[in-house]
Amino acid sequence: MDPSRKRKLRLVVALTTAVLLATALIYTSFSASTEASKPSEIKPGRSYDLTGKVVPGSIRHSGDDLRFRVRDRDGTESVPVTYTGVVPDPFRDGREVIVSGELERGTFVAERDSLVTKCPSKFTKDEQSS
Amino acid sequence: MAGVGSACLAIALLTALYSAGASIFGARTGRREWVTSGRRAIYCVAALCVAAFGLLEAAFLRSDFSYALVAEGSSTDTPTFYKVTALWATQDGSLLLWATLLSLFASAVLFLTRRSLRDIAPYATAVLGCIAAFFLLLMVGWENPFDTLAAPPAEGAGLNPLLRHPAMMIHPPMLYTGYVGFSIPFAFAIGALVAGRTGADWIRATRRFALIAWTFLGTGIMLGALWSYTELGWGGYWAWDPVENASLMPWLVGTAFLHSIMVQEKRGMLKIWNVSLICATFTLALLGTFLVRSGILSSIHAFGASTIGVQFLIFIGLVIALSAGLIISRLPLLRSEAKLDSLLSREAFFLLNNLVLVGLCLVIMWGTFFPLISEAITGTEASVGPPWFNRLVTPLALVLVLLTGIGPVLAWRRFTPAALRRVLWPPVSAAALALVLLLAFTNAADSPASLAMFCLVAFVLTVVSMELARGTKARRTMTGESWPRALGRLTGRNRRRYGGYLVHAGIAVLFLGVAGSSAFLDQRDVRLKPGDSFGVNGYQVTYREATAKLGGDSAGTGAPISFGAVLDVRKDGEHFVMRPSRNYYASGDPSLGTISRFFEGEATSEVDVRWGLKRDLWLAVQPDIGSLEKPIQEADAKFANSPGDVQALIIAALAERYRSDPPPAAFRAIASPLVAWIWLGGAIVVLGALVAAWPSPEARLRRVRSLYSARLGRDLSRA
Amino acid sequence: MEYALALVVLALVVGVVLSLPLRRRGEEQHREETMLAELRAAKEAKYREIRDAELDHQMGKLSDADWRSVDRDLRAEAIEILRQLDRLEGTVPEGGMDR
Repeated sequence: MDPSRKRKLRLVVALTTAVLLATALIYTSFSASTEASKPSEIKPGRSYDLTGKVVPGSIRHSGDDLRFRVRDRDGTESVPVTYTGVVPDPFRDGREVIVSGELERGTFVAERDSLVTKCPSKFTKDEQSS
Repeated sequence: MAGVGSACLAIALLTALYSAGASIFGARTGRREWVTSGRRAIYCVAALCVAAFGLLEAAFLRSDFSYALVAEGSSTDTPTFYKVTALWATQDGSLLLWATLLSLFASAVLFLTRRSLRDIAPYATAVLGCIAAFFLLLMVGWENPFDTLAAPPAEGAGLNPLLRHPAMMIHPPMLYTGYVGFSIPFAFAIGALVAGRTGADWIRATRRFALIAWTFLGTGIMLGALWSYTELGWGGYWAWDPVENASLMPWLVGTAFLHSIMVQEKRGMLKIWNVSLICATFTLALLGTFLVRSGILSSIHAFGASTIGVQFLIFIGLVIALSAGLIISRLPLLRSEAKLDSLLSREAFFLLNNLVLVGLCLVIMWGTFFPLISEAITGTEASVGPPWFNRLVTPLALVLVLLTGIGPVLAWRRFTPAALRRVLWPPVSAAALALVLLLAFTNAADSPASLAMFCLVAFVLTVVSMELARGTKARRTMTGESWPRALGRLTGRNRRRYGGYLVHAGIAVLFLGVAGSSAFLDQRDVRLKPGDSFGVNGYQVTYREATAKLGGDSAGTGAPISFGAVLDVRKDGEHFVMRPSRNYYASGDPSLGTISRFFEGEATSEVDVRWGLKRDLWLAVQPDIGSLEKPIQEADAKFANSPGDVQALIIAALAERYRSDPPPAAFRAIASPLVAWIWLGGAIVVLGALVAAWPSPEARLRRVRSLYSARLGRDLSRA
Repeated sequence: MEYALALVVLALVVGVVLSLPLRRRGEEQHREETMLAELRAAKEAKYREIRDAELDHQMGKLSDADWRSVDRDLRAEAIEILRQLDRLEGTVPEGGMDR
């Protein structure tokens, strides 16, 4: 094979690989992603990743259960949550949380150990939480 | 003194701008005195930044709450060590740290190059001046760290307790040093492009800075992982969090850069690729700072969380546009001096490793920004979790570790398949042996990816030790030195090469830990009363008693209250005691009761880890303070206005009540195999990088001398 | 008040530091140029010396041992001159410049 054809072949192979990999990347990311939903968006009958802020003053412990309310990040609508399992350290009034579960009779029943609290970035001021 | 600090920053901003202007003017007109003046301006910026930094640090140390920053990030009861470091836990303070580190690094490199690189250095000065000016402008215009409060509070808010961890306080400066360090090769690359001197001069002058930056960034990432493991209370070291990813991306591209510049130095190839890589690294470093700063990813709509997000985006956009434009306009100068001889050559494999590293970076970038992408395309915010990252990153990581092993044995230009077979059979048989042993004696087959990784680790370690043994043996036959002496001399004379091999070995060891701990950990979450037991991975863990400690925990974080547990652990006749605890920090919220505010503030897990080379036993406790709720509320009502010492007595009584009659507490126990090798591998990487970066004047002098005598010979024979 | 005062004082100090090299304008350049010229002349002279020594050796005026030691010294001196020249002209020898 003459050098110029060899170069062209190499280029085609490299480009095809790149396109294939990019497609795989895009496909897997859209199929594996979970939709995060705000309290105002959830309906009974299917499971969600609920995201929002913990309503200040709403956290109650009762035995093994933890009860709190989560409200839209930039709204007022909120939903009560019951949760069991390990509570992450940064969990606090006003913090942003993600928790998976299902809406049952007006209460969001969370899966065990599914609570994730966004770590307050070390550089953002705490005023965000208010 | 706040006024003096502000003035320092304002003058520093003007000086940085002057430095850019004067250097460019001097370079364009050929008037060296302007270049000298521009260089001195950078020294002045450094002096002014250091002065400002010192003033702010002093304010933190004396807890001067008339500074808004001190009031918000420190308090009188914050331990002194954390007072010092609270400066860079704040946004404004971290900008000041960036600017200070940048000006110091810039001064160092400009001082070293003051008598050389005449064409490139003035433009590099200008670039560094502009970067410094950007950060100073952010402080002067929007986020002045010297803002004062008209009515200073009596007590500050204190440093976020989660950050009261030694690793966390060293972690930001390490990351920043890394980010800042990469601006040096970036500036010289731009300078080389502007001046049209696209040889390897700029690389030789700044290679070491790139290596140092890489080391610091890597150390920063490791410390972040260590912090996550020992402080965050969930037991893992890596969660593919946007902020973690943001620091990993420039590190990956920086790694690619460190490899591909060797190809340009040796063969004069990959010039476009190298300048593109360093521009990308620097852009990613800015992006890293921006992501941490803006909160754009954890909450997309909260752009207002940081007041400087837009400015950052504009600056990043400018950097990308200008460097891309410059590279394109200089394309004719960037032509390769040589062609790739063969696909079986070291440079071809370097190219492959570059592609894998950059691919890894792109994958992580895609996943990190996926919430933004999906919102733009589908209108709903969706995110990809760690499983997605793991699935895509694992194969790339395997290829990368394989290349880590193959790279060192290859020759430049070309080699024959037969030669390759000859050098590769011992490491390949080592990998095969590892496979057989693992299949025979362990359950490693449960996780094919980990099994493959273990074999690759054996492969890499064999390659590195063979290389060392071969070199030492050759030196011994030549000089007749003893083994250790020959090994030491060999490394000392070829620091860059053997330091690099050490880094490769460290990476392999690190992945040994990752493969072991990610696939084979055993985790139990239990609720226990004193006297109860549970088992995890053969450990028999018994909750012996509750503890309650007041006024300062053992780790020195200044926590007023600390509830914990004492547990007896038994395994195979071995017996030891572990003491995890949870710290409670008082809340500053005035709406809470006088007593309950002590329990309603921040709380952090103080994990207890039994470190071991084979496996770690990791224990965290979450005491149920719900049972104290009632007495706390009663105390709130009864002692609302009582003086501080009475409050202290009440709290002591409450703590004693918890200790003597503890409610069931939640425990998380993780038996995590081989985790220690991650930190060990990280340490080996740093050691190797230090060996490679350490100046060896002796070897350099010898090399330079031989170059000159060759040139002398040429000159003499010419006439 | 404090801010304005600090601003003025710092501006003055920085201004003086930055204008110092400018006031000596040309001086540095002139010095560099003379140094360059001197070094180039020295290089030529040294090269001539090396060739003379070689010629002397070929003609038998210098013994083998003598010539070898003379030649070595001369070459070392020539290399030193070359290095100074490079440093002034601003090229980086292979192996980096950071010491």
